[in-house]
Amino acid sequence: MNASPSTPPTGSSDLFLEGLWRNNPVFVQALGMCPTLAVSNSARNALAMGLATLAVLVLSNVVVASIRRIVPKQVRIATYILVIATLVTVVDYAIRAISLAVHEALGAFISLIVVNCVILGRAEAFASKHGVGKSMLDGLGMGLGFCWALFCLGATREIVGSGSFFGLPVFHDGYQGWVMMILPSGGFFTLAAWVLIFGAVGRRASRRAALQQGGTR
Amino acid sequence: MTQPLRADSATPSTPGLMYRAMVGVGLGCAALIVTVFQVTRPVIARNEAAALERAIFDVLPAARTSAAFRATAEGRFERQAHAAAGDEPRVFAGYGEDGRLVGLAVEARGMGYQDVIRLLYGYDVNRQAIVGIRVLESKETPGLGDRIASDPEFLRNFERLDVTVAPDDSGLAQTIIAVKRGAKKHDWEIDGITGATISCKAVANMLQASASQWVPRIRQRIGDFEETAEP
Repeated sequence: MNASPSTPPTGSSDLFLEGLWRNNPVFVQALGMCPTLAVSNSARNALAMGLATLAVLVLSNVVVASIRRIVPKQVRIATYILVIATLVTVVDYAIRAISLAVHEALGAFISLIVVNCVILGRAEAFASKHGVGKSMLDGLGMGLGFCWALFCLGATREIVGSGSFFGLPVFHDGYQGWVMMILPSGGFFTLAAWVLIFGAVGRRASRRAALQQGGTR
Repeated sequence: MTQPLRADSATPSTPGLMYRAMVGVGLGCAALIVTVFQVTRPVIARNEAAALERAIFDVLPAARTSAAFRATAEGRFERQAHAAAGDEPRVFAGYGEDGRLVGLAVEARGMGYQDVIRLLYGYDVNRQAIVGIRVLESKETPGLGDRIASDPEFLRNFERLDVTVAPDDSGLAQTIIAVKRGAKKHDWEIDGITGATISCKAVANMLQASASQWVPRIRQRIGDFEETAEP
C-alpha cells in the first residue's frame, strides 16, 4: 500500500491525479472489487465497464454535490443510492441504444454498478462535502483511475488467458490460452500482482521524492 | 486522518425535511428515467430488429432473405410485414438465392439461471434438425452461464440437433435433454458446459418446449411458408 497522503489534495490537478495514482480506487482504496474481478476477463469488457462506471461516477458526484444541502444526514445514504440507481438505469438504456453488442457483453454487470463501492464511497466521502466543480473533478479522476485499473487487469488476463488483445490474436496460432486467467481465480491472482507492482512503484517514487526533498533542505 | 466537520451537519433534520429530500429526489429521478426511456425506445427497438435480422442469417446460413410469420388463431402462419415482438413467438422463414425455403428460425424463451433467456433457433425441415442457435438476450453469469452464447463446443451441439417429430405429430420423438460434458451419445442430447449446468438445462428445456410445440405445426403448414417465397 502507498504511504497515505499526508496533505489532502488542494489544486484541481492534484484532485484529478488523486484518483489516478495516489488514491486509486482499485489498487489503493480496494473499492469496487466485484466488477473488477468479474468483468476484467477481456480488455474490451474491462474498458466498457470502466467507462460506464466513469459516466455514472461523474454524474452521481455532480448530482450528489448539487443536492447536498437539502439532504438531511439521516437519509443521505438512501438518497445517494436512489440517485445512483437512477443514473445506472439511464446509462443502461443509453448503452442499449448505442450498442447492443456491448450491452450483451456487460449483461448483468451494468446493474451491479449500483452497488459498486467506488460510487457510493465517493458520494459519501467527497461529493457530499464539496462543491459541484470539485466533485466532478474527483469523479473524473476516480473514474479514470478505476477505468485504467480495470484495463490493466483486463488486458493482462486476455493476453495470457486467451492469447488475444481486444479480440485480435497476439501469439502464434498454436497458443494454448491459460484458461484459469479468464476464470475468477485468475482475476484474484492478476489483481494481487498488479497491487504489488503498483505499491512497489509508488513506494519507490515517494522514497525518491522524500530523498530529493531531504537533499534540497 | 480526520475530516473537517461538515457545515451541512448543522441542518436541523425534522421528519418534514427528510421527506422533502427523499420525495423530491425520488420524483426527479422518476422524471429522468421516464424521459430517457421514451427517448431511447425507438432506437433500442431498431437495434433489436437489426440484431434479430443478423441472428436469422446466423442460424440459417444458406438464407439470403427472410420473412416474418405469425401463427393465426386458425393455426395458419400468416406473413407479417413488420416483425414486431408480441406474446406469441415469431417464426421466420429463410429463403435462398433462388427463392426456395431453406429453413425456419423460431424464437424461444425460458427461465435461465438468473433471468429469462431469449434465443433463436434454426430448423431444417428436410433434415428434421435444429441447425443452429443464437442467444438473443441473457443475463447469465459472465464467464460461466453466458458461455451458452459463445462456447464453440457447446454451439457445436446445435449443428444437427435431432428434432424428429413423433409419428402421431403430437410432439417430438425424443426429448431434448442436456447431459454432462462428454456424455452425449445421441443427436437429441446436448453436451453441457462444466460449471453452467442450470443454464444448459434451461436451453435444453426451452428448445424442447418450443420445438415440441412448433415443429409439428410448422411441418403441417409448411405450404404457408413456401407459397409466399419471393424469387
